[in-house]
Amino acid sequence: MAIDILYFAWVREAVGMDGERLDPPAEVRTVADLLGWLSGRSDAHARAFAEPARLRAAVDQAFATLDAPITGAREVAIFPPVTGG
Amino acid sequence: MIEVRVQQEDIDVSAELARLEGAGGGAVASFTGLVRGDGGLVELLLEQYPGMTEAALRRIAEDAAARWPLAALTVIHRHGPMQPGARIVFVGTASRHRAAALDACAYLIDWLKTAAPFWKRERFSDGTSRWVEARAADDEAAARWNGAQG
Repeated sequence: MAIDILYFAWVREAVGMDGERLDPPAEVRTVADLLGWLSGRSDAHARAFAEPARLRAAVDQAFATLDAPITGAREVAIFPPVTGG
Repeated sequence: MIEVRVQQEDIDVSAELARLEGAGGGAVASFTGLVRGDGGLVELLLEQYPGMTEAALRRIAEDAAARWPLAALTVIHRHGPMQPGARIVFVGTASRHRAAALDACAYLIDWLKTAAPFWKRERFSDGTSRWVEARAADDEAAARWNGAQG
């Protein structure tokens, strides 16, 4: 099932795009699984996701940990810790 | 009662305070965050996650309204490019008594700093740019309210 994957801030710059619509295989079940699968797609993806401690995520616009499930999600976003306010 | 906005336009603090004063609580508190111009900063860019920012700010506002007796509450956060001295965020509360107004105001800005999907990029007069790093102090400030978050 296709998922919209969004990137923000330096993650967006490192990957080289602000998002992509992909259909990960069934064994990709969590955000961490997704990052691993995306890292295999290009060197840019691998570099962007090299340090999971520097990354945060949202699944369907709710903050989620990297071990959160993505099954059935429409949208997953990957970004650095927020710095608003 | 709750006014939450994410916008590129400047914030009219006088108008927002007038709305809060008009809520009739008797005690109005507010916080305004401005772009600091230290170190040769020429521009601060606020990137946002469209859609999620407003939903996150609304959740934080509803948490505050559930914790304190408020007559009105306002959260406005800007996005886009800004100059030193520009307003980034405004938070305001109205209540019958000052403790609720002041505490709810502090709660809103403390949580907003950790739970709203915005990212700041600084550009300096020497041409360099860098993404601002999140601070542990912000997580600690939010944690002092121990519990409900946006």
